[in-house]
Amino acid sequence: MNAALLLEHVTYSYPDAVAPALRDLDLRVAPGEFVVLAGGSGSGKSTLLRAASGLVPHFHGGEFTGRLESGGLDTRTHEPARIAAVAGTLFQDPETQVVMGTVRAELAFPLENQGLGAAAVARGVEEAALALGIAALLDRSTHALSGGELQRVALGAALAGRPRLALLDEPTSQLDPVAGDELLGVLRRLNEEWGTAVILAEHRLERCLSAADRVVALRDGAIACDADPRGFLDWAAEQAPELQTPGARLFSLAGRRPLPVSVKDARRTLAGGDAGRLDPEMRGESARDAVRIPAGEDGGRLDPRVRARVARRCRGPRIEPALAFSSVWLEHKGGATVLRGVDLAVAPGDRVALMGRNGAGKSTLLRLAAGLVDPTRGKVQRGGRVALLLQNPGDYTLRDRVGDELPADALAAAGLQGLADRHPRDLSGGERQRLALAIVLYGERPAVVCLDEPTRGMDRGHKDVLARLLEGLAGSGTAVIVATHDAEFAAAFAGRTVLLGDGQAVADAPTADVLAGGWYFATQTARILGGAALLPEAGAALLLREAVVA
Amino acid sequence: MIYERRASPLHAARAAVASAWCVLLAGVALSFEHPLVLGVLLSTVIAAAAGARVARRVLLALSFALPFAVVIAVINPLVVRDGLTVIARFGSVPVFGRLDVTAEATAYGGVLALRALVVIGCFALHSAAVDPDDLLRAFRRISFRSALTAALATRMVPVLARDARRLHDAQRCLAGEPAPRRAVVRAVAAGALDRAVDVAATLEVRGYGAARRAPRGRGRPWSRHDLAFAASAAVLALIGVAAYLGGWEAFEAYPSFTAPIDARLLTLSAVLASCALLPFADRRGIGR
Repeated sequence: MNAALLLEHVTYSYPDAVAPALRDLDLRVAPGEFVVLAGGSGSGKSTLLRAASGLVPHFHGGEFTGRLESGGLDTRTHEPARIAAVAGTLFQDPETQVVMGTVRAELAFPLENQGLGAAAVARGVEEAALALGIAALLDRSTHALSGGELQRVALGAALAGRPRLALLDEPTSQLDPVAGDELLGVLRRLNEEWGTAVILAEHRLERCLSAADRVVALRDGAIACDADPRGFLDWAAEQAPELQTPGARLFSLAGRRPLPVSVKDARRTLAGGDAGRLDPEMRGESARDAVRIPAGEDGGRLDPRVRARVARRCRGPRIEPALAFSSVWLEHKGGATVLRGVDLAVAPGDRVALMGRNGAGKSTLLRLAAGLVDPTRGKVQRGGRVALLLQNPGDYTLRDRVGDELPADALAAAGLQGLADRHPRDLSGGERQRLALAIVLYGERPAVVCLDEPTRGMDRGHKDVLARLLEGLAGSGTAVIVATHDAEFAAAFAGRTVLLGDGQAVADAPTADVLAGGWYFATQTARILGGAALLPEAGAALLLREAVVA
Repeated sequence: MIYERRASPLHAARAAVASAWCVLLAGVALSFEHPLVLGVLLSTVIAAAAGARVARRVLLALSFALPFAVVIAVINPLVVRDGLTVIARFGSVPVFGRLDVTAEATAYGGVLALRALVVIGCFALHSAAVDPDDLLRAFRRISFRSALTAALATRMVPVLARDARRLHDAQRCLAGEPAPRRAVVRAVAAGALDRAVDVAATLEVRGYGAARRAPRGRGRPWSRHDLAFAASAAVLALIGVAAYLGGWEAFEAYPSFTAPIDARLLTLSAVLASCALLPFADRRGIGR
């Protein structure tokens, strides 16, 4: 039987690139297999997916050697439009992936391109819409959709023709945890019931590892690991800690084996006897030394004094707030009500995570804070300048040289001193974001810094750097508000979490409380340990303490 | 300038016909130079926009195009040395050399500006009244490359408009004065190639151009509006070609500006306007 995807000695370099983006890849994906592509930013995941869709080299040019078959079609002799009949592709940016005016037309487009009749097209559209939960959007204009809705529609278009192979590049990056889980459920169903082979590139591996048959980790364009999920986690623990899931990191730090693929797996291991065995090297004093418990925290929960301070701020600060919303409403003329009487006060130095489903009002709240829109009712009070970093850092760079965007000392402060002569578009994702943040912070010192989904598409290394940067800002007295779907990042960075639901703040409490008890808005560590800790380091400390006591 | 289905004869016509009608109207403007004909054509475009219930959008586009037209009108007398009637002498000017501005070059600059406005108006009407989805489907059957170009042209407008909005918002988030609007426009234009590549890649991976034949099943029957606009487009094309080849308009810009208005020209203008606007008279079956 033909492989769904076959690569033989594939090496590829983009035009004018110094180094190849893919190096001597050999890979075979069987029909019906679910493969997760792991790797840091720039490791070659997206290029591999573009090669599998035929865009590399037909569309992008460059130098391609080796052989690649997608759904049985050789990409050297078949153009991407032909390969589209057997392989559905979804890229990262949903805005450029929707090409028709209505959702119905968008879903019909690939089916019509296959030359299907009207009845088959109509049935395909209905099925794709139902499978992805977008039936209610069918007659909506694609120009009026949110980022999350666009991503689901684009995925629907990629899968509408029931391709043998689905090539998906971070399909959950714009989605809230609920929608992300739903989407992965859909992929699993497609994979199990339709036999569609799925190749999914993803940074948040904890979301998708349990669905995977195999994990292929890339490093510098070459395959560094090709194993089942448990084998991958064992490899990552030794060779690439930055790729570990929070659950695996929790177990690694606590010296527990086997490393868990899912929350259920972890709970079963912890509940079991010798299955959740403690690594012999991790007993006694070495166990205590192995994990450094974050200062002022106890198992990821806040010190009571810290908790009381945050709670006071949540109730209403006695000090002058850096930012305050008083009964803020935002109602669109002839449209929806986005915010419904939001009351929120943020003190100087506060680190606040803003969470909630797509469309809950997070981005709108940040735009109100920065004065990009005015409330229809209520008042926004600012203690100084509010700097806002919107979702796309590229929007802040208007010039052709990095050095023309900021003076040398500001670039040096952002760690970008060697990049002054580069074009902003040629920077990596992490560098571009550092530049955008430096541009936003330049000039009058802001009282509040707001960031909208800053960790989208970021690997863990870059997230850690960003979290440290924001902690530094907060330490200097600037309030920091981050709208995010990333519970792990919120837990690492924020002292307080505000959960928005339907335009209202439905929870406003210390992060340890908000993210410990939820189903969706919770870290993987919290779900494994029943909310006893949020982060792997704190959770491992708890497990080690239990082990030492035992 | 995003397409939205309205109850109008132009919206009700099939996209290929409506598109051809808009393009031919622009083509007629390019084949005439007489200010009266161009003025009538500009009025016709605005009247057609009103008939298609997109007058506000087209007028907005024309207002944005006005500075561009003024630039054309100003540049022509500065760079063209033809014409007998010198109205200003600036002596020797760096870059331009000896600069004598003539009345003929100034008047012809106005004609060029008027013609640019008509063409821009036609394409604004096209963006607002021709369904890009149907157009994409129609082009698919002809040629992949022309279809891709047409698709990009229609798709890039909303993508770049969103980019411009985001960049403008980002500038408002910075300390101090935001960057001038031209810097934002320049950045959007500079990023247009990247965005076009992204959109084109998406069209490729959705299989665009793979099926050269039409989807199976009977095609949509030609409606009264399809026929009316097709007939109007054919007559516009004939008049345009005949006028171009037959030299119907007695217009000379240089050496002296001559634009006589006679009965033949008035008839031609009336025929052009009526021929373009007649299809809008039939309001039956214009709903969705």
